[in-house]
Amino acid sequence: MSEIVIRSEGLGKSYFIGHEGSREKYTTLRDVIARQARQVWQSSRRAWRGQAVIAGRDIEEFWALRDVSFEIKQGEVVGIIGRNGAGKSTVLKILSRITEPTEGRVTLRGRVASLLEVGTGFHPELTGRENIFLNGAILGMTRAEIKRKFDEIVAFAEADKFLDTPVKRYSSGMNIRLAFSVAAHLEPEILLVDEVLAVGDAQFQKKCLGKMRAVASSGRTVLFVSHNMAAVDALCSRGIVLQSGDVLCDCSIRDAVSHYLSTIRSTTCEAEVWDRDFVASSVRLAGLTVLSRNVPTNGVLVGDEAIFRIAYVADVPHRQCHFRIKVVNAFDQVVAKLMTDTCEDVDELPNGAGHIDCVVPAMNLMPGEYRLSLALKVGHDRVDFVADAGRFQVIPAAMSANGKLPDEGICILPCQWRQRSASSARQAAIV
Amino acid sequence: MSTAAEHLLILEPGRAERNYWRDLYRYRELFYILAWRDIAVRYKQTVIGVAWALIRPFLTMVIFTVVFGRLAKLPTDGDAPYALLVLAGMLPWTLFSTALNEAATSLTTNEKLISKVYFPRLIVPTAAVIVAFVDMAISLLLLVGVMAYYQFMPGWQIVLLPVFAILAVLASLGPGLYITALNVKYRDFRYIIPFIAQFGLYVSPVGFSSNVIPEQWRLVYSLNPIVCVIDGFRWCLLAGNATLDLHSMAVSFAMLLFLLWLGVRKFRSMERSFADII
Repeated sequence: MSEIVIRSEGLGKSYFIGHEGSREKYTTLRDVIARQARQVWQSSRRAWRGQAVIAGRDIEEFWALRDVSFEIKQGEVVGIIGRNGAGKSTVLKILSRITEPTEGRVTLRGRVASLLEVGTGFHPELTGRENIFLNGAILGMTRAEIKRKFDEIVAFAEADKFLDTPVKRYSSGMNIRLAFSVAAHLEPEILLVDEVLAVGDAQFQKKCLGKMRAVASSGRTVLFVSHNMAAVDALCSRGIVLQSGDVLCDCSIRDAVSHYLSTIRSTTCEAEVWDRDFVASSVRLAGLTVLSRNVPTNGVLVGDEAIFRIAYVADVPHRQCHFRIKVVNAFDQVVAKLMTDTCEDVDELPNGAGHIDCVVPAMNLMPGEYRLSLALKVGHDRVDFVADAGRFQVIPAAMSANGKLPDEGICILPCQWRQRSASSARQAAIV
Repeated sequence: MSTAAEHLLILEPGRAERNYWRDLYRYRELFYILAWRDIAVRYKQTVIGVAWALIRPFLTMVIFTVVFGRLAKLPTDGDAPYALLVLAGMLPWTLFSTALNEAATSLTTNEKLISKVYFPRLIVPTAAVIVAFVDMAISLLLLVGVMAYYQFMPGWQIVLLPVFAILAVLASLGPGLYITALNVKYRDFRYIIPFIAQFGLYVSPVGFSSNVIPEQWRLVYSLNPIVCVIDGFRWCLLAGNATLDLHSMAVSFAMLLFLLWLGVRKFRSMERSFADII
């Protein structure tokens, strides 16, 4: 059980990305043509020399992954967690040989199968039966293997009625069920899985999680990438947290999850710390503050009033601006979307800096940490977006006389309970 | 199945994969199934389905026979009917151009597979080429029909037809691999295919016999790898009416092999970066 099956030493992967630079203002057609011609000349010269042609004037080397080392023993179930762009998927892509590393080396012992996407290679014109064979072969199963497991796959997907129907006639849920069930019957020695559990309805997800758990407990080595902390926590014994291409920590899954949460808890709500691209629009978001009881805070008591204050800067007056706030919980579920569209448009924003308040009269969410994302639309165009604009905690508090809170759910619906005895109901009927 | 030690795999930048060709063999099931998929899908949601594989060569045969045989009054090989001469050139040409087209666009149409799963990428274009074989097999029915119409009996040479059919596909695979690899990076290259198909139709002996080429131009003319394929087809089908010019065959065949080597080399050198740039 102690044999090392995956060893990564100083793994790195870089990509070249191009930037447009400061865009020249086109004034005449002649300028446009001259610029295009120059570009064609430059890129064909690069192509001739065998270099990569990249759009844009400034070319930057971007390291998606740098100096990543780890060892994984046989039978371990390891979760790789991190925020978007931390390099999780790149690790899996390198391990599954889809792309080659720029530096470092990986040693793998055993048959590797990777599941980076559900239903890779499904062809819409082919029937369910045909697609099972096609997808199975793509994932690395032999015909004999697929034949042996065929009934199991069909039963798992609950698709026996539609086996001879082209997949394009399937509902999207059915499609995903069939695809996952082919993948779930892979039996390699090392399995690499990327964020594939977030499919199907709740019941099917439960089934998938169960299947994954069975795979994990059968002695196979599993590498599992996910945003779903609950799933990672349930499946894995060890966690590797990646942050912008580096290993932040490699420890037990409990510690890894709390490490991960701490990377996102460092919260300041000024625009300077926002991780976003340059915004070219003449109106943009400039900050987010959460207020409760009229003071800025990041803790709101359950049931309290909360105010989300969005600061913006407008270079010129704007009409028809829509602000949107998404409230996202720790499991990456959007629990609420607050939008000006549903109330009234902010018809006019005068130029200069200002702010707009979104008042939530009662914070009826379950205690926990929430992330806010902000979007700003002008007319139909989204001009600014910040995925991780700020965070706040919902702190348990007594909502009721006896101080109890429900033990499950996403939100706390205000409700009243009325009891009616049979006699009073009869009375009501007579009246 | 096998022990872990047998599957030791080291991934490093620029590491030449020593077991590439063995891997190719190991993934043969994927090759079969991709080829089968392309065949199964080819004529789905068409009204007349496989009849397309008969109609296109038939109409081209009629037009070429009229233009080259009747109007330009070019000579045929021996006493073979001109329509048969055209058809015997048409079949390998269609096989070549279909295979070339399928191979050249195969990587970009299978983009999803390439960015999500590992397998020796050579499987994709080679499996795509199989479709062209099936089309040709159907077109052979047309040939049988035309032969019956002219009451023409092919000779013993016909047993070598499969050899030349494979040669046609190999001829298409060379440029096909080269173009599909480049097409991953620069999508400009797919525009070359229709051009090759159109241009090639006239520089190759499809509508005319190789015998009409003057002696001093023979060498240049033979640099076209399709020449040996088409001449081979005619020799197989026209029962002693066509003769093989061995010198020109050798030049053309050497060119074919050279292009194939060039294509495979280019493909292999670019293969590892496909997933990054597709």
